[in-house]
Amino acid sequence: MATKLVKGNSAVIIGALYAGCDCYFGYPITPASEILQDASLYFPKLGRKFVQAESEEAAINMVYGAASTGHRVMAASSSPGMSLKTEGISYIAAAELPCVIVDIMRAGPGLGNIGAEQGDYSQMVKGGGHGNYKNIVLAPNSVQEMCDFTAKGFDLAFKYRIPVIILADGVLGQMIEPLVFPKKAIEPTIDESWAVGGTAETRGNMISTIMLDFDELEELNERLQKKYELIEKAEVDHEGYQLEDASIVLVSYGISSRIARTAVDIARKQGYKAGLFRPKTLWPFPKDELKKLAKGTDKEFISVEMSNGQMIEDIKLAIECSAPVDLVSRMGGNLITVEQITEKISRIANKRGLK
Amino acid sequence: MTEKVIGKAPGLYKEFVRKGGSAPTATHYCPGCGHGILHKIIGEAMSDFDIQDRTIAISPVGCAVFAYYYFDCGNVQAAHGRAPAVATGISRARPDSVVISYQGDGDLASIGLNETLQAANRGEKIAVIFVNNTVYGMTGGQMAPTTLVGEKTSTSPDGRDPRFSGYPIHMCELIDTLKAPVFIERVSLSDIAHIRKARKAIRKAIEIQSQGKGYAFVEVLSNCPTNLKQNAEQTIEWINEHMEKEFPLGNFRDTSNDVDKIEKIYSDFSVESLDEIFELEKAHIFDTKSGGNYAARRLKVAGFGGQGVLSMGLLAAGAGCFAGHEVSWFPSYGPEQRGGTANCSVVISDDPIGSPVVQYPDILVAMNRPSLEKFAADAVSGATIFYDSSAGQFDPPDGITAVSVPTIEIARKAGSEKAINTAMLGVMIQSGVLGIGKTHFCEALKVHFAAKQKVVDINLRAIDLGSEWARENL
Repeated sequence: MATKLVKGNSAVIIGALYAGCDCYFGYPITPASEILQDASLYFPKLGRKFVQAESEEAAINMVYGAASTGHRVMAASSSPGMSLKTEGISYIAAAELPCVIVDIMRAGPGLGNIGAEQGDYSQMVKGGGHGNYKNIVLAPNSVQEMCDFTAKGFDLAFKYRIPVIILADGVLGQMIEPLVFPKKAIEPTIDESWAVGGTAETRGNMISTIMLDFDELEELNERLQKKYELIEKAEVDHEGYQLEDASIVLVSYGISSRIARTAVDIARKQGYKAGLFRPKTLWPFPKDELKKLAKGTDKEFISVEMSNGQMIEDIKLAIECSAPVDLVSRMGGNLITVEQITEKISRIANKRGLK
Repeated sequence: MTEKVIGKAPGLYKEFVRKGGSAPTATHYCPGCGHGILHKIIGEAMSDFDIQDRTIAISPVGCAVFAYYYFDCGNVQAAHGRAPAVATGISRARPDSVVISYQGDGDLASIGLNETLQAANRGEKIAVIFVNNTVYGMTGGQMAPTTLVGEKTSTSPDGRDPRFSGYPIHMCELIDTLKAPVFIERVSLSDIAHIRKARKAIRKAIEIQSQGKGYAFVEVLSNCPTNLKQNAEQTIEWINEHMEKEFPLGNFRDTSNDVDKIEKIYSDFSVESLDEIFELEKAHIFDTKSGGNYAARRLKVAGFGGQGVLSMGLLAAGAGCFAGHEVSWFPSYGPEQRGGTANCSVVISDDPIGSPVVQYPDILVAMNRPSLEKFAADAVSGATIFYDSSAGQFDPPDGITAVSVPTIEIARKAGSEKAINTAMLGVMIQSGVLGIGKTHFCEALKVHFAAKQKVVDINLRAIDLGSEWARENL
C-alpha cells in the first residue's frame, strides 16, 4: 500500500506504466501538460517510447500506427486538442484498434480558457468524429481513479479493440491527493491474430479503414454496433450514495460529482432526502440503473454538470422522461458550488413537497 | 500489359485477393500509370533483401490507398497526409521493423506537409517513397502543390497561375535543409534509362531501412495519363521536358556509409523497475481514518511566485496525511501563475473531500498585500488570517483574527530568506489552528525535500523559530 501525494495528471502516467503502456505520443496543452512531461521523464527510463509530436493530429496518428502493432499505446490532451484528434479517433474506431486517450477538459468553445469544464461530454460520449462509432468513456473523480481508470482503460481497450477515453477535467488533472500505487505490473503480449507487427506471424495482417463496397462497409458498421451492444451489457459502472430513500437524485460525474456528494450531505442535514447517482462509465451510460431508480415513487432528478446540459439528455432518455430532470451547471471555467446545488434541492423539495 | 508485368514481380502477392473482382492479377491502376512500375521495384527490393517478414508498408490516401492489395508484407493504411506519423508510431513500437511510407503529392506535400517534414527532421527510421505526378489522381485531377506553372488541372482550368496559387513545391530541396535525413534523391519513371536509376535509389532507401540506419526519402517523378490526358509518348515527353526542368533529378544526400545503425531500445515492463523509478521504497503507508472527528480545515495559501506558497500548501497536505486525515491540494495554474502570483487550496478532513478548490477559507495565508486584499473578504467568520508583515497595516473584518508575521526575520535567523514559508508554517503550527502536531509537519518536510538534507535542516529550524515567535507573540 505504498502511498504518495501525486498530481492527477501524474497519476495517469503511473497507471499507464503499471498497465504495460509501451508508447506515449503527445503535444503540450494546459491543463494536461504534466501528463506529457511525466511521460517524457518516465517512458525513456524504462526503454519505452515517447515522442513529442508536431501536432495533435500527428500524435493521434502515431497512436494509430503504434496501436496497429498490437502494443499498448496512449495519448492525452485537453478539449481543443481533442477536437483536433477526433479525425484520428474515428479511424482508430473504424480500424478497431485499442488505445487509451485522456481528455483533461477545459472551458470552451474555441480557445476558451484553461479553467475546468465538462463541455466535451457530447463530443466524447457520442463518438465525436465522423461515422457510426462509440468510444468507451470512463469518468474518474479522484487522483486514485485517474491512475486506476487509465489502467482499466487498457484492459477494456484490448478486450473490445476500441478506443477508451478517460474523461477528466482541469481540477482533477491539477489537484494532488494521496495515491496508492498499483501492486502489479502488466507485461503485455501481442495478439498475432490481427496486429501488424513486422513479424513472419503477422505478415498477412492488414489494418485499413477504407471499404469501397457499400455492403462490406455496412457489415463493418453492423459488427461495430453488435460490439457496442455487448459493451453496454457488460461494462456499465456507476456508484450510488444515499439513494435508498432519495426523492431528489443528483446525477453527476467527475469533479462535479464530488461537489454534489458534499451537497447531498448538507441537504440531508437540512432534512431533504437527496442522493447521488454517479456514472463511472459515461458510455456505456448506466441507463437501466437510472431507469430502475426512476420507477414508482415520486422523484425528481438534477443533472449536475459543468456544461450546458449535455448529460441531461442521456438522463432523460434513460428514465424515458418518467420524472422531471433539472439542471445545475456552471460554464466558462467556473466550478459548481455546493450552495448552488443545495439551493436547487430545497427549492424543488419545497415546491413539490418532496421532503 | 500491366497485368503481365506486375503479376510476376517478387515481393508482391501472386494474386491480388484483397482487390477481389474478376481479374485477380490485374491492378486497380490506370493503364500506363507509374505506380505499377514503382510497386514492382519496391516488391523486388523487399524480396531481394529478404525483409518481407519485417516490413510494414503504409498505404496513403490517394490512388495508392490500395497498395495493400499488392505488397506481400504487413500493411497499414493511413489517414490523408498522416502516413509519416503512422510510420513513426509503428517504427517506434517495433524497432526491428522496416517501415515504408508510400505517398502521393497531395498527401505528402499538401495536407501532410507538416508530418512529412517533422518525421524527416526527427530522422525517423522510415523510407518515404514520394510519387510526384503534379496532380491529385484519385479525386479527379485537381491542382497539386507540385503542379507546374501554367499546367491545366480540374481546379486550374486556365493553367496554374502563380499570382494566386504560388509555385510548385520542391520536396527534396526542402528536406535537404534538415540535418537528420540519411538519404535524399529525386528520380524519374519516364523511360527505361530513368527507371534503372529509380530502381537503384529505391533499393538504397530500403536497404538503409533493413540496416536500421535512419530516414530515407526518394521523390519519384511519375505520370498520370488519365488526368493529364496524355498517351505513352506524351507522358515521357512531359516528364523529361517539363517536370525535370522544374524538379531537377539527382542525389541530394547519401550519408549511409558514414552513419551508424540507430540503437534499438527495448521496453522494460517489470514491476521492480517501475517501483524503482517511482522510488516506492521511500513511499509511506498512511493510516487514513475516514469518519474520524477531526473538524475539516479549508486552507488558502497565496503570495508571489517564488515565495514557496505552493510548497507550504503541500507541506500542510503532507502533514495531514501523516496525521491520518484525507487531504487534497489544488494550485492556481497556467497564465495566472506565470503572471507572478500563486495560490493553492488545501483541504484536510476526516470525510471524503468534495471540491478541492477552497472558495471560502477558514485559514488564509497571505504572503503579500495583493493576496491579502484579494482573498481576505472570502474568509469565513471565525477564520484566522496569517499575513506577512511586509503587507503593512491590515484591519481584519469583524469575527476574523489576523496575525502579522515577520517571516523574513525568522527565516534569516534560520539561515535562509527562502525559508519564509516554513517560518510561517511554524507560526501556524504553534497557533494550533491546523489541529495537527508539529512532528507530522517535520515528517512531511523530510519527504518534500527528500534529497536535500541541508534544505531540510534549514526549514526544520525555520519551523522551530516560527513556533518560538508564536509562543512569544500570540
